[in-house]
Amino acid sequence: MPPEATRVHPVDDRDAGSVEAGLDALDTPVTAYRESPVRRIAARALPPIGAIAVFVLIWQVLWAAAFWPEFKLPAPVAVWDQIWQLVVSGEILELFWTSVHRAVIGFAISLLIAVPLGLAIANITVVRRGVGPLVSGLQSLPSVAWVPAAILWFGLNDRAIYWVVLLGAVPSIANGLVSGLDQVPPILPRVGQALGAGRWSGIRYILLPAALPGFLGGLKQGWAFSWRSLMAAELIATSPDLGEGLGQYLHNGMSLSDISMVFAGILLIFVVGVGIELLVFRPLENSVLRARGLTQGVR
Amino acid sequence: MTATIETRTVAPPVTTVRFHQVGKTFGQSTKAVVALDQVDLAVGPGEFVCLVGASGCGKTTLLNLVAGLDQPTSGRIELNSSRPAVVFQEAALMPWLTAAGNVELPLRMAGVGKAARRATAAELLELVRLAGLGDKRPHELSGGMRQRVALARALASTTDHTGAGAGKPSLLLMDEPFSALDAITRDVLQGELLRIWRATGTAILFVTHDVREAVRLGQRVVLLSSRPGRVVREWNVDGLTDGAEAAAVDEVNAALRTVISSHAA
Repeated sequence: MPPEATRVHPVDDRDAGSVEAGLDALDTPVTAYRESPVRRIAARALPPIGAIAVFVLIWQVLWAAAFWPEFKLPAPVAVWDQIWQLVVSGEILELFWTSVHRAVIGFAISLLIAVPLGLAIANITVVRRGVGPLVSGLQSLPSVAWVPAAILWFGLNDRAIYWVVLLGAVPSIANGLVSGLDQVPPILPRVGQALGAGRWSGIRYILLPAALPGFLGGLKQGWAFSWRSLMAAELIATSPDLGEGLGQYLHNGMSLSDISMVFAGILLIFVVGVGIELLVFRPLENSVLRARGLTQGVR
Repeated sequence: MTATIETRTVAPPVTTVRFHQVGKTFGQSTKAVVALDQVDLAVGPGEFVCLVGASGCGKTTLLNLVAGLDQPTSGRIELNSSRPAVVFQEAALMPWLTAAGNVELPLRMAGVGKAARRATAAELLELVRLAGLGDKRPHELSGGMRQRVALARALASTTDHTGAGAGKPSLLLMDEPFSALDAITRDVLQGELLRIWRATGTAILFVTHDVREAVRLGQRVVLLSSRPGRVVREWNVDGLTDGAEAAAVDEVNAALRTVISSHAA
């Protein structure tokens, strides 16, 4: 107990409490009004649907005007028929499964490599100076450039494909983590230290969660890179042993000179890329931003 | 000068923290900046000591040394308490955690079980009059409320009774905690701090540049000089009432002005 606290306070305790409660009520930020879910979804979904409709319409008009021969620009309906055929025959499941499971496995391995790498770059000066520029450089090197080397090293198999995916995704994820960690306000690790954080608990409880928004950006980019690297690899490295993925399907379309098949392939690759972004990364990012009150970033 | 304020130089026999000729220098040789020079200072158990001084007097450095965030260049600091709790000028709450999550954070890092953590956090939030607001996020709270959560969190970091400091008197370090708040909130929080100090019996080392605040809150006010930071004088201001309090504020202010004008040349 403090020795003889005899100070006379001008305002008595209960009064101070009510002044404080009043201040709390007045100063608390007002939470923004949230519209109904139906309207919110409509407001978000309608513009892209409209854009797609306009795009298809222009395509239809161009095709009907017959500017280009049929083997260069297919009719929208012909492309739709190709896709519908894949759906009816169930072949689409195999295409999706082959490509998506490769991308997911490749992405997961990339994550396992990139997180320790990013942590090392961000926290150890020598590693940052030595490896940092290398990782940034690799990020701007198109990973397709590794396809020939990968085929020579591993042969035409899944390992060659994973190698290319890894080189596409690891630098993006690692760089995302580094920039996320660099943007952590310096006061937070200091506070953590004052609260008794050790080296590891500091990383686990302070640094990683604080870096999460930047890291998520890196993950998103890493996914995009791993998906496009995979498609490039599948397109170039085609062999019956590899199973038929979307890249292979696209390649077959080219071999058969079937432009509607080529368009269908491009469309399906696009749909998977955008779908994963919309179904996985966007909600993740939104919930992280909203929890931190960064609502202007929520889309 | 007509004020009759006794100046105290003898430290109490039992101390929570004691500085022995502590010096802190940043940088080397010619470019070195001496932040603290031969500082002797003691804070007794449950004592409320305010440090005042102009910019560059090493107030923050001094707190960092006690908190173990930095090491002294010379001299030594004798710390006889559990881990000092620190409240910074900014609340610096973790934006991804709720108010209760922030208070639980030091306990979580100390390996305290979930149920015990919850109970302690609820208790501490009640102490700072934020009971029932534990699941609010920092961005949903006002500046004053955030600073109270930061105080509760700091208190949680000393109430860990598992470490080497278990059972020893606790110490709260505050680095201009109210200076970023508006006047009325600051006034109310000063009252709150005194209430919490009485309720918990913790020793407080409080850094401020506001002499009025120092005299109102502290039992002792210590004036530091700037570049290098040295202890210039200290005043015992415990239990002063209106007239004497105003006189003390004037006297400390005059001394602070003298220190500052010595830098004009």
